[in-house]
Amino acid sequence: MRSLLPVTTIWWRELVRFYRQRSRLFSAMAQPLVFWLLIGSGLNASFRPAGISEQTDYIEYFYPGIVILVLLFTAIFATISVVHDRQEGFLQGILVSPVPRWRIVIGQALGGTTLALIQGLLLLALAPLIGITLDVTSGLLIIGVMALLAFGLTNLGLLIAWRMDSTQGFHAIMNLLLIPIWLLSGAFFPMTGAPEWLSWTMKLNPLTYGLAALRHSLYLNTATAVGEVPPLLLSGLITLLFCMVTYVGATITATLQID
Amino acid sequence: MENRVEVENLSHTYQTRCALDNVSFTVSRGEIFGLLGPNGSGKTTLFRILSTLMRPTSGNVNILGHNLAREAKAIRQLLGVVFQHPGLDDKLTVRENFRHHGHLYGLSGKHLHNQIRKLLERFGVGDRADERIEVLSGGLQRRVEIAKAMLHSPRVLLLDEPSSGLDVGARQQLRLYLQTLAETENMLVLLTTHLLEEAEACNRIGILDTGRLVALGTPGALKAQVGSDIVLIESSTKQNTSPNIETLRTAIIERFGVLPILTENCLRIECERGHEFARDVVTAFSDKIQSVRFGKPTLEDVFMKLTGNSLS
Repeated sequence: MRSLLPVTTIWWRELVRFYRQRSRLFSAMAQPLVFWLLIGSGLNASFRPAGISEQTDYIEYFYPGIVILVLLFTAIFATISVVHDRQEGFLQGILVSPVPRWRIVIGQALGGTTLALIQGLLLLALAPLIGITLDVTSGLLIIGVMALLAFGLTNLGLLIAWRMDSTQGFHAIMNLLLIPIWLLSGAFFPMTGAPEWLSWTMKLNPLTYGLAALRHSLYLNTATAVGEVPPLLLSGLITLLFCMVTYVGATITATLQID
Repeated sequence: MENRVEVENLSHTYQTRCALDNVSFTVSRGEIFGLLGPNGSGKTTLFRILSTLMRPTSGNVNILGHNLAREAKAIRQLLGVVFQHPGLDDKLTVRENFRHHGHLYGLSGKHLHNQIRKLLERFGVGDRADERIEVLSGGLQRRVEIAKAMLHSPRVLLLDEPSSGLDVGARQQLRLYLQTLAETENMLVLLTTHLLEEAEACNRIGILDTGRLVALGTPGALKAQVGSDIVLIESSTKQNTSPNIETLRTAIIERFGVLPILTENCLRIECERGHEFARDVVTAFSDKIQSVRFGKPTLEDVFMKLTGNSLS
């Protein structure tokens, strides 16, 4: 119990900081929502995602991708706070305490995960508006998938943030790495009919499986709306693996970064 | 052994630059030890090594009987560390910062609560306990910072440039507080500084210059090494200062047989019976001299004598 205390206190601080800087909530939610409305409505008339039933229009197709984008943005904001802590000197104070690095990372990751999950749930409340009906099973499954994804993405962010000493550097990484893996996850367009090289890139992208798991969970009873994506079990397992790899990666980075 | 911080042959190299070169010293509990040196002298590197943030390239450190390389975790529990940049979260209140810190060190519940109350009282910040750090003044933040470092009852207090950003009154207070800690709680206080008056207030100091420890001792003993009085002469003509001051220098050498050192457009002369020398030199060159200052040696003079450079 005592050894959990450092983890919960780091987790708690992330939540309090977020709550006290509410503009962060706005920026993490607003941008994806604007994307969704503008791009979704704009492409709705001229673009039909391949391999998906006629009833699913583009706005609906784009929705799970937007959920992932919200998770990604929140995870990024949470990890920017690590860079910020380092610049401000707060991180040093944690590093000289007897708390092992892996517990620090877990506290930070759970903080980011919780924040991302809260925002994901807010967005989930919009699902009925576009005609997605959820029952308890799919609701729980969605929460599980979102939690795994949020944890994995936050750890991916931490893995990068622990090496960074400026937020500028982080923004570059975000544009060159994080946004492309989102674009190529099937969030924007399906793998169906894409050129070979592109569909292979998408198959190698771990986020593709996270998104597939989310689509499956959203449409547990209407498989036609899911389209051609990897099966649920495989997607879930790969997402779990993604979480573990990024967590171990973040811990190793944090341990090596003694300074 | 159990009551000392022992630094033995400590060296640290960043890629090719040598930041610490074979530094050794020992500090005992109840002592306030200051590391004095200009920026880039290796103070911060030494501080980071002692606070377990960095591993030295070579050498050995023992803190209260624990080896730094092997028992970092045990050492961390014994250390209270105050960084130059405040380690407080400005979005949290004073109390919340304390609680966060306490939890990191395994304190909780009633014990933590009491400990926080005790420190708030002792540092006179009880009435601000529920305000966020961002609304407190710089001096108050530093006080809270030091109080936070004391929360887990450390045995060794490490402070990096603790006076920076404090006004004169707050510096005085800090000094008094550190003295009380050392005397009444047998705290081992180790601080880095580039400020003379802060170094003067230490029981012992080590002077660092480009990574080497060039002097070690009480401020009094170090100043006694310089021995004599210090006379500083400013030449009168402001334009073409350097040739003028050079002429004056040559003239003084010829007339008095002393060797003035030229620093920052001043001639600095170390001599016995400085008040008499000052009188004589003004009489001899009254038209060439703007001002004469006479004083007892300071740690600045010690530093200058040992390194040939000025501290600032």
